[in-house]
Amino acid sequence: MHPLVKLVAQRLALGAGTLLVVSALIFAGTEILPGDVAQAILGQSATPEAVAAIREDLGLDRPAWIRYLDWLSGFLRGDLGTSLANRVPIGEMIAGRLENTLFLAGVAAAFAVPVAITLGIVAARYRETWLDKAISIVTLSAISMPEFFIGYILIFVFAVKLFWVPSIASVFPGMSFADRLYAVTLPVATLSLVVIAHMMRMTRAAIVNVMASPYIETAELKGLTRARITLRHALPNALSPIINVVVINLAYLVVGVVVVEVVFVYPGMGQLMVDAVAKRDVPVVQATGIIFAATYVLLNLTADVLAILANPRIRHAR
Amino acid sequence: MRPRPSVLVGFAIIAVYVAAAVIGPLVSPYGEAEVVGDVWEPFSAAHPLGTDNLGRDMLSRLLWGASRTIGVALAATLLSFTIGMTLGYLAAVVGGWVDMVLSRAIDTLMAIPTLIFALVVLAVLPPSVVILILVIAVLDSTRVFRLARAVAMDVVVMDFVEVARLRGERLGWIVFREVLPNTLPPLIAEFGLRFCFAFLFLSSLSFLGLGIQPPAADWGGMVRDNANAISFGLPIPLIPAAAIAVLTIGVNLVVDWQLERSSTARRGA
Repeated sequence: MHPLVKLVAQRLALGAGTLLVVSALIFAGTEILPGDVAQAILGQSATPEAVAAIREDLGLDRPAWIRYLDWLSGFLRGDLGTSLANRVPIGEMIAGRLENTLFLAGVAAAFAVPVAITLGIVAARYRETWLDKAISIVTLSAISMPEFFIGYILIFVFAVKLFWVPSIASVFPGMSFADRLYAVTLPVATLSLVVIAHMMRMTRAAIVNVMASPYIETAELKGLTRARITLRHALPNALSPIINVVVINLAYLVVGVVVVEVVFVYPGMGQLMVDAVAKRDVPVVQATGIIFAATYVLLNLTADVLAILANPRIRHAR
Repeated sequence: MRPRPSVLVGFAIIAVYVAAAVIGPLVSPYGEAEVVGDVWEPFSAAHPLGTDNLGRDMLSRLLWGASRTIGVALAATLLSFTIGMTLGYLAAVVGGWVDMVLSRAIDTLMAIPTLIFALVVLAVLPPSVVILILVIAVLDSTRVFRLARAVAMDVVVMDFVEVARLRGERLGWIVFREVLPNTLPPLIAEFGLRFCFAFLFLSSLSFLGLGIQPPAADWGGMVRDNANAISFGLPIPLIPAAAIAVLTIGVNLVVDWQLERSSTARRGA
């Protein structure tokens, strides 16, 4: 078998195993309470009837591992369970919100990735100049700030003072694509600032690293232009770590949306999960938690596989 | 090596915050939950930073919040280092199946996004200070474990550790007298980074309403409480949010310098 196929197959198998263990951990996370989950959800003043009803809903009379297998097999068949708070099937609650969250993360990614890579290449090309230092200071501060700080600064300046964009990102079914895009301007900007900072710094580091190799010096001695050396000689060999960091940051976006959705009152899955935690709606927390975690695991797996595929040394091995 | 001005700024920032955390509640003009005025009063002599959404003095709440937010984050970081370093050194020094089991378990825990796992756990556990410290410390200790194991791995293959083993020293001696002193510099910088993580993580949880509970003052919670002010054109939530950001930037400035210093020291040696 070609070593590439073998490596990728190994990673995929590892990813499947990780997904299974992650699902068990998410399930176990709601089981770590020493007492009774039903009592914890309702609090001390609950009537025995209410406690009994929730116990039955959650099937607490059966052993945990049987409930886990039940839950997992339901999940795989598309049955996400029922919300404790309003008795609505969780699949219905999530469908539209998942789409909203993916839209937000997708737009942020489509904007952030090209900007970050361009900035990274520019900073590496002009390294140690004022331009490089300016980019470095801005990105370091963006990394040090909590997302909600960046979010509220943007709201204050661009929505409240300048009236350029809405402060609350309300989207609804039937909205046109352009309107939707306009509505999410600020949340996309907030998310982008954070991931651009990370991606740009890693892109710069990867290129600077390759630029130190002897073959770059050869290219310089041949009299090639700096731009040609950076783009044609350094970039292909830096591509593998860059792709890796891009996809890992996309995985980070999946989690970053939780706080950003709350800042901008955006009807996405992060908001739903936070509300469910506050209401102790355990089935909804489990379902949203596993979707977030699975997306994260799958994106990290994609990062692994793409990094293998982009590495010329492995691709051309015989 | 002379420290750069940015490092002095970093140290100055940390000093101010430590002072606020230690003596804040003592010098605070009002109590943390005391209602002393109208809602969102502007800056004045009586209320230097105005009042909040319930008419409580902002400056007092910031000072009370300093000791709570920084204290909880610091406690979580200390606990996370205790867990992470103990297990990391154990894995490196003992090796074999102990190392394999610990490393696989930590890898799996790290495959889940920290915030998502914390939310799942907080759906059933009450958000008390002790629970928050435990949750943040356990999730954060995975990173400490990785680093502690990696640096200890480099040291355990050295001759002086082998000599200690041959002398028949016990595990405790090898860990604390041979490995620990030789692995401290990179871990000190990591302590700063992990503190920033715990601090931002706690603030985010409180901002989501799932961290430190009202009426206790906490910076993330203060941003949440006053978020609506911003639509009236009042930048009030930016005050506690900036308090959070400035401390993180200060610690990062010092950590950058410490990392640079330890790498030049190694090269010079």
